[in-house]
Amino acid sequence: MLRQIEGSKAIAETVALCRPEVVCAYPISPQTHIIEAVGAMVKEGTLAPCEFINVESEFAAMSVAIGASATGARAYTATASQGLLFMMEAVYNAAGLGLPIVMTLANRAIGAPINIWNDHSDAMAVRDSGWIQLFAESNQEASDLHVQAFRLAEELSVPVMVCVDGFILTHAVEGVDLLDQSFVDAFLPPYEPRQMLDTEAPVSIGAMVGPEAFEEVRYLAHLRQLDALERIPAIASEFFEATGRESGGLVRPYRTDDADTVIVAMGSVLGTLKDAVDARRDLGERVGVLGVTSFRPFPSEAVRDALASARQVVVIEKAFSIGAGGVLSNDIAIAIHHEQTLLRTVVAGLGGRAITRRSLEKVLEEASRDELATLTFLDLDRDAVDRERARMQATRRSGPSAENLLRDRATVAPKVRA
Amino acid sequence: MFQIRIHGRGGQGVVTAAEILSVAAFDEGRHAQAFPSFGSERTGAPVVSFCRFDDREIRTHEPVMEPDAVIIQDVTLIHQVDLFSGLSSDGYVLINTSNGFSDLGFGDFFDHYRPERLMTCPATEIALEHLGRPLPNAALLGGFAALTGELTWDAIDKAVREHFSGPVGERNAIAAKAAFDYVDSKIKETARASTN
Repeated sequence: MLRQIEGSKAIAETVALCRPEVVCAYPISPQTHIIEAVGAMVKEGTLAPCEFINVESEFAAMSVAIGASATGARAYTATASQGLLFMMEAVYNAAGLGLPIVMTLANRAIGAPINIWNDHSDAMAVRDSGWIQLFAESNQEASDLHVQAFRLAEELSVPVMVCVDGFILTHAVEGVDLLDQSFVDAFLPPYEPRQMLDTEAPVSIGAMVGPEAFEEVRYLAHLRQLDALERIPAIASEFFEATGRESGGLVRPYRTDDADTVIVAMGSVLGTLKDAVDARRDLGERVGVLGVTSFRPFPSEAVRDALASARQVVVIEKAFSIGAGGVLSNDIAIAIHHEQTLLRTVVAGLGGRAITRRSLEKVLEEASRDELATLTFLDLDRDAVDRERARMQATRRSGPSAENLLRDRATVAPKVRA
Repeated sequence: MFQIRIHGRGGQGVVTAAEILSVAAFDEGRHAQAFPSFGSERTGAPVVSFCRFDDREIRTHEPVMEPDAVIIQDVTLIHQVDLFSGLSSDGYVLINTSNGFSDLGFGDFFDHYRPERLMTCPATEIALEHLGRPLPNAALLGGFAALTGELTWDAIDKAVREHFSGPVGERNAIAAKAAFDYVDSKIKETARASTN
């Protein structure tokens, strides 16, 4: 049913349709309304049987999810930002053990400085953990992806993280067509665990593995992710057949067919980007967009095919590897591996800085004139950076940079003339 | 596409107002989007929310940079926040105050705007009368419908009642109607004055 609903609530309702048996979470900021809403449904009895476990930390949240999943329960949790980092060790363990936990990651920046706003630094911090990471473009896709995530996770025994832009999507009220229970029940069969802690048939899960088999265990995990490259599009296409909605899949091209320049991005910026591309197309520029939905596993072949005829590829990233450059760009570079393609990275939207269509159009304009540098920081206040660099040069005790920049910024709001 | 920016203070229902507007637009069969200006919300701190609606699918997720209408829930923000940034000269302004627009000290700031689209409405007084609490958000939505004609009164009425259920919904809907009538009569008054 189509409803005008907040992203977090749409996700919560969809998660409930997936009939999770254990939901554990640490309800502190940074969190979203997802856990709150799921918790309310458990309390009201509309989500049953389900045990909601209020844990003492994010580390415990993932640990409890691991325990629940190891006993054969369908387990779900949600987190964001520092919360994800606090559960980092357990995040790796969930993947290493091959437990099909589904977790929503409401993407937010990581401190310091303290920042609660959206970017992709948190997801990037766990990109090598062995979790599948799917990025939602809209709240419709964010909701739909959760059903696909449980299916994928349980088929392959791999945990899946559904990455949803914090605030921009989680707090936005938009029309979302919510699935119905009978569809989800048919699409998502009951969980059949490959391994299970069972007193009738006892096994050890998570024992020490030395050099004699560790590499093989990791390689098997890699193979399961390669299997996911087959299953992700298959599940998305089955979903499309039933609902008519293009949610999920590996990559999503938009107007790339004759494109000279293709912009690659992940998450909610894709919508704004498509508007910008339409505007530049109207001016005669041959530009297109490639949305990457599956970041892990990375769909190298699909990316290569989609970018095969592009002369220039511009990757817009909401995170970067400090001291190196773009993270997604690096994967793209390996995927396309032909030197004649110009590859540009634009770091944008860090710590919640709004990515406006106007700024995106400027990027596209510069790209079509071949004026884009290898690495650009969108809407960077260069003067503010230079002032701080000058202060640092002028005196040893220049103080904390973040606070210095804030003090610089503290201009009185432009007044309406009285 | 019609885009609205709402300015107010934490605790005045700024985010709720945008959400209700989006539900009203949705109920009228349009695509709609509402979202807060993401910040650490604190009671009394300046808060901004956004709403946009369109007959086509809305793909963008940028903040509203060039609003077609600005709703000011708290008149004390006028000299603190850049309230009218990006507002075109065809734009609508609705300010919660019992003063008239020309009493607000804008000088010649609005000289190039259309005077019939600049409006004040005593939404806090209306709210106090009908809700017993100084929460002007629902009332201003009634005023918005009357001022812009972009959403029908029925859609606002339904969305307000949907959001605040029971007697609270009823009282908010009455406050919204009072503000709708107030703004509607002011518009008619101005129209009469200009034809005379």
